[in-house]
Amino acid sequence: MEIYELSVHELQERLTRREISAEEIVRSFLGRINKVEDKVKSFITITEESALQRAREADRKGQYLGIAGIPLGLKDIFCTRGVKTTCGSKMLADFIPEYDSTAWRKLDEQQGILTGKLNMDEFAMGSSTENSAFFVTHNPWDLNRVPGGSSGGSAAAVAAGEVAFALGTDTGGSIRQPASFCGVVGMKPTYGRVSRWGVIAFASSLDQVGIFSQDVRDSALIMNIIAGHDPLDSTSAAIEVPDYASYLDGSVKGMRIAYPKEYFGVGVDDAVKAAINKALHKYEELGAIVEEVSLPHSEYALPTYYLVAPAEASANMARFDGVRYGHRDFEALNVVDMFSQSRAQGFGDEVKRRIMLGTYALTSGYYDAYYLKALKVRRLIANDFDKVFLDYDVIISPTTPSTAFKLGEQIGDPLTLYMNDILTVPVNMAGLPGISIPCGLHNGLPIGMQIIGKAFDEGTMLKAAHAFEQNTAYHTLKPELGVK
Amino acid sequence: MIIYETVIGLEVHAELKTQSKIFCSCSTAFGAEPNTQTCPVCAGFPGTLPLLNEKVVELAIKTGLALHCEIPPISKFDRKNYFYPDSPKAYQISQFDMPVCKKGYLDIDVNGSKQRIGITRAHIEEDAGKLVHQGDITTTPFSLVDLNRCGIPLLEIVSEPDMRSSAEARAYMEKLRSVLLFAGVSDCKMEEGSLRCDANISVRPAGQKEFGTRIEIKNLNSFRALERAVEYEVKRQIEALEDGEELVQETRTWDEDKQITRSMRSKEEAHDYRYFPEPDLPPISISRERIEEIKARMPEMPEQAQMRLVRDYGLPEYDAAILTLSPETLVFFDDCLSRYPDAKVISNWMMGELSRLLNQSNQDISNCKIKPDDLVQMLRLIEDGTISGKMGKAVFEEMFADGKSPAIIIKEKGLVQISDEGSLLPVIEGIIQANPKVVEDYKNGKDKAVGFFVGQIMKSTRGQANPAMVNKLLKEKLDSL
Repeated sequence: MEIYELSVHELQERLTRREISAEEIVRSFLGRINKVEDKVKSFITITEESALQRAREADRKGQYLGIAGIPLGLKDIFCTRGVKTTCGSKMLADFIPEYDSTAWRKLDEQQGILTGKLNMDEFAMGSSTENSAFFVTHNPWDLNRVPGGSSGGSAAAVAAGEVAFALGTDTGGSIRQPASFCGVVGMKPTYGRVSRWGVIAFASSLDQVGIFSQDVRDSALIMNIIAGHDPLDSTSAAIEVPDYASYLDGSVKGMRIAYPKEYFGVGVDDAVKAAINKALHKYEELGAIVEEVSLPHSEYALPTYYLVAPAEASANMARFDGVRYGHRDFEALNVVDMFSQSRAQGFGDEVKRRIMLGTYALTSGYYDAYYLKALKVRRLIANDFDKVFLDYDVIISPTTPSTAFKLGEQIGDPLTLYMNDILTVPVNMAGLPGISIPCGLHNGLPIGMQIIGKAFDEGTMLKAAHAFEQNTAYHTLKPELGVK
Repeated sequence: MIIYETVIGLEVHAELKTQSKIFCSCSTAFGAEPNTQTCPVCAGFPGTLPLLNEKVVELAIKTGLALHCEIPPISKFDRKNYFYPDSPKAYQISQFDMPVCKKGYLDIDVNGSKQRIGITRAHIEEDAGKLVHQGDITTTPFSLVDLNRCGIPLLEIVSEPDMRSSAEARAYMEKLRSVLLFAGVSDCKMEEGSLRCDANISVRPAGQKEFGTRIEIKNLNSFRALERAVEYEVKRQIEALEDGEELVQETRTWDEDKQITRSMRSKEEAHDYRYFPEPDLPPISISRERIEEIKARMPEMPEQAQMRLVRDYGLPEYDAAILTLSPETLVFFDDCLSRYPDAKVISNWMMGELSRLLNQSNQDISNCKIKPDDLVQMLRLIEDGTISGKMGKAVFEEMFADGKSPAIIIKEKGLVQISDEGSLLPVIEGIIQANPKVVEDYKNGKDKAVGFFVGQIMKSTRGQANPAMVNKLLKEKLDSL
């Protein structure tokens, strides 16, 4: 087994036993990047020099505390001081922040090693990473297919062994859907669990930072580092953070698991349904109680999402006006032209589409019918979940209706593309934690299972995910990629 | 002929007095070099988030209490969307439908008639930056952006349309200023823009119930501008109606140079601000206990101070109103009163000489060179006859100009009043001898004669003769002739 194939906790064990050095680890991953990056195209920026330097520093210290020596990647939405942060947009093609996002700062303080910034749909708007202003990322399982999105670069990099783990963001499924398509673990914590400071906003009331990893234990380890109240983010919760690793006891005996019938309906591929059903049987075998429930308002989640998220996005995107940073049209003759031309040139189609949707939804006279109504439906969706969680510990569903689709297949058809998030969006609307773990292959492509937890009870969700992983081998499957 | 009634409502922006900005830790100090008081948060950089300065909420509550407002247990922030280069996020964080204060009032007094002006609401918001043009905005080759002011906390205080004249509008504004100053929530320096005012003005035939077409006037940066703009606008609107024109709802700006209002934009061009709840900030919840705790610490308000001056010291209401226009004035008065017992005498000097000299030199009482102790010393010198009241005025001007104590000025100028008979009698006798004709007049009962002699005596003593003593000695001397 190559070093780059090891999980974070395996790398940590070898480091503490002095079997390998941090430099060896980083060199192994950089070597892997060299070999496969031409095919996968996960990275917008590779920070090779500083990564090697950090590794040598860790080796000099000789004590591998925290995640010292572990190479990681960040979705290019996380502000990194001194390192270009593009958000996948031409608008920020040359933007170098003077500040660190809190999530990255915490990893940095634990001596994690940044190897680069990962590709994404522009401003996190998309489900295939084809909306990146720079290039498309390829699914390591089939290079003709999308890795999912918007955190497609993060999912592909973990699946391809280019980084040991990565951070992404999830507004409507942007971690869980690409994790599902790329056969890795993708976790979105409860809204408010991880600070959004320094994470470029798409839809502020939905955005949440999360993790891509090879297994559930790695996600728990990284959660232990990044979770917690941040005084810089007023929406981050001042709720105590448990030791997530302590939940991973492999047992689901007596656990009450619900599966919502609406999530197995029309539009969900039979192969996907079959894989999830098989997983539910597995849980029963392991001693869990598995029962069908109803989440009746989930069918309204997608239209509701496409009012709330674009509305917030229309305001969040407004600061990109060419005045202080970012792309500016220097040919413009007056300030209004400068605004409109800078934005016309700097933003891609999907971003423009959502700005228009959101602007329309907030226009006076339409506000009550659209935005306000959407907020009410959002409450109903959350109430559905609250009701189910009175009787159950976790909810299980497919992560996506299908496996990864082909590059170019859906990009011309936004509505079809939006359907990819139909099973993940309700979780964001309710602010709940969700995780996608591999649970099967169909025609050589990974299938993901979504486990949804109660608010601020990521521990129980991780416990359920970990127990499945302990009793199956799906998470050990790796894409071939034609190189070893 | 139709008689028109004017209807005025004011929207006042008061800068709240905090050390740091509303959503970041940048300084709020006035007058720094451009863009030296900025950071990624107030400059609207990607990924940054606002963090509410708790002091802002406290000052807002204080203001609400001072204006007799309700303070709802929950209020929230909203985004007000518009593009302008001085607005870095392209939205202003403000409060739309759940403001921090609502339903209050302010009592004003115009020429002795008291009125209650309703306050609809007061809400917290952040200030924008400032654009610097090269010359006129329409011809400037480029404009510079200064974000120092961006994120300074403001309270927008919106009145009901309860005012009926420019005098009432001015009185409201002056009273509001003094309340904000006494509450210690704002510096209220109109010249620095820490107190700004927009006016909504309409006219209607007297007796009509419905309001006329509302015109908003911006850029009213002094009490004078407010008064003039209202007067101009009322005249303009009435003339337009008399000419059979229909007024359109619009926003106009006050042109200080030309002393006129000019159209800025019509209702059709008005912004749709697309307000929606600010997702980056949780709602503000304010407990009863917190309000009570702030209430207990509230300083004396102008109305309470006025009552005190009238009730405890017997001052006329007019004096009390003037002395409570700013806390500094009241502190000056109270300070004098603790050293000198006659409130009316102090008040006369403050409202007369002091106020005249301050106005003349465009100073205010807080940077005035005369301190309460100096004024009191001078009052004592008048009282004990060392100088006359008239000399006092001259001494007071010197004190005002260079801050010397009255005793020193009197000594330097040799201004001591001559009150001894031995020095005055020779002067009086000399003048009587030199003017036999006037003595004749006196004998014939012409009262004017006395005035002539007094004038001559004062002239030859350079005004230092004790007037009472001169009168007494002169009369004795003349009668004995």
